[in-house]
Amino acid sequence: MGNDARALGDALLVRISLRVGDFVLDVNFDVAPGITVLFGPSGAGKTTTLAAVAGLVAPHAGRVALGERPWFDAALGVDVPPHRRPVSLVFQTLALFPHLSALANVEYGIDRRVARAERRERARSMLARMKVAHVAERRPSTFSGGEAQRVALARAFARSPRVVLLDEAFSSLDRELRRDLARDVRTLVDELAVPAILVTHHHAEARAMGERAVLLHHGKVVAAGSVLDVIPALADEG
Amino acid sequence: MELGPLFLSFRIAAIAIAVSGVIGVTLGALLSSRRFPARDVFDVLVTAPMVMPPTVLGYYALVAIGRKSALGGLVERVTGSPLVFTETGAVIAACIGALPLVVKSSRAALESVDPLLVSAARTLGAAPLRALLTVEMPLAAQGIVAGLMLGFARALGDFGVTLMVAGDIPGQTQTASLAIYDAIQSNREHDALVTIVVLTTVALSLLYAANKLTSAPHGK
Repeated sequence: MGNDARALGDALLVRISLRVGDFVLDVNFDVAPGITVLFGPSGAGKTTTLAAVAGLVAPHAGRVALGERPWFDAALGVDVPPHRRPVSLVFQTLALFPHLSALANVEYGIDRRVARAERRERARSMLARMKVAHVAERRPSTFSGGEAQRVALARAFARSPRVVLLDEAFSSLDRELRRDLARDVRTLVDELAVPAILVTHHHAEARAMGERAVLLHHGKVVAAGSVLDVIPALADEG
Repeated sequence: MELGPLFLSFRIAAIAIAVSGVIGVTLGALLSSRRFPARDVFDVLVTAPMVMPPTVLGYYALVAIGRKSALGGLVERVTGSPLVFTETGAVIAACIGALPLVVKSSRAALESVDPLLVSAARTLGAAPLRALLTVEMPLAAQGIVAGLMLGFARALGDFGVTLMVAGDIPGQTQTASLAIYDAIQSNREHDALVTIVVLTTVALSLLYAANKLTSAPHGK
């Protein structure tokens, strides 16, 4: 990921057209450094958009690029595989590896060119920062909901991603825990100065965390702008 | 009471399962991949030995590795020894029986791994092979080991293909199953009793262990 250092702070360009069965996703928006909230009802295409940005789903047309560096470009025939995209995706179900300890989960995503001892140290330090150092040697089946969420976030941020994707990452938590975690994520994204996309259904969470918002409906962008502009638009949509 | 055939069977089954394990798990991983072309046709070909008559399988094996075949002839010229009617032939026969079980079990075990975990590995920088080795294989390990156990049991008891490919040469290719057949044919049932009890015990134990493995939760 060292090669991408010059891209730090670049905006993420998302132009995606794809069809999955009857569903058509056709979105076009930019994500500046900071948190952009992706809003919309179930089935609007939010998760598919994140999957396409991460390279897990190949669009039929369009372009996904971080600054000038294309990750996907149908016209140029570019499609960088997921493992070569400097992106971290926190899945809604967290997708922690059940056979690995918290420490090994976090260490997994750190560049393997980094020495093992340093990877381990970075993983420990990120777990401590996310306030879950006490579960470092434990496996996910023993975590509480909050601990699992924090380990998943530690795993995502420990690899110093250039783009962060959060798919309803706080949805299963109670309000207090959600607010606490949101503050930590906000700080981490600000420190990295990278584009982050947060999918959420919670208006309060969106207002607290997001600077900009994109509203999706039936696979199309129906509003985009500052959170304050887009959230009333969402309220008007009912 | 002659225990030589029993020891020979264990040795042949051990070598056969080592070979079948490497080939079978690799094929299982390929078949579990959605991108594998002509997957269904290949799956039928690999698993056909489970349902085909041993004599038919033995015939195909003789055609493929017999002294007049290209492969059999080449091996004989290089090593000075034919593949058929040797212990190597018996290992090949045992592999034919074991391989489908290893492939089927490995494929099912790998396909049962949550695809989201594989996606997570990919977004964390893992190339497909690393995701396979560090996430899919460990999570599928119980099913794979169960398949290896079943394959070993199958290799240990092979009769028909072994008879056609390796013959029934006492002290060389006469495995436990063939020795039991010979003993019963010549009214020496008592000579076969120990072998029968050992084979039965091993088969039932392996089946029980395989069932326990596949029914136990993994990754905890």
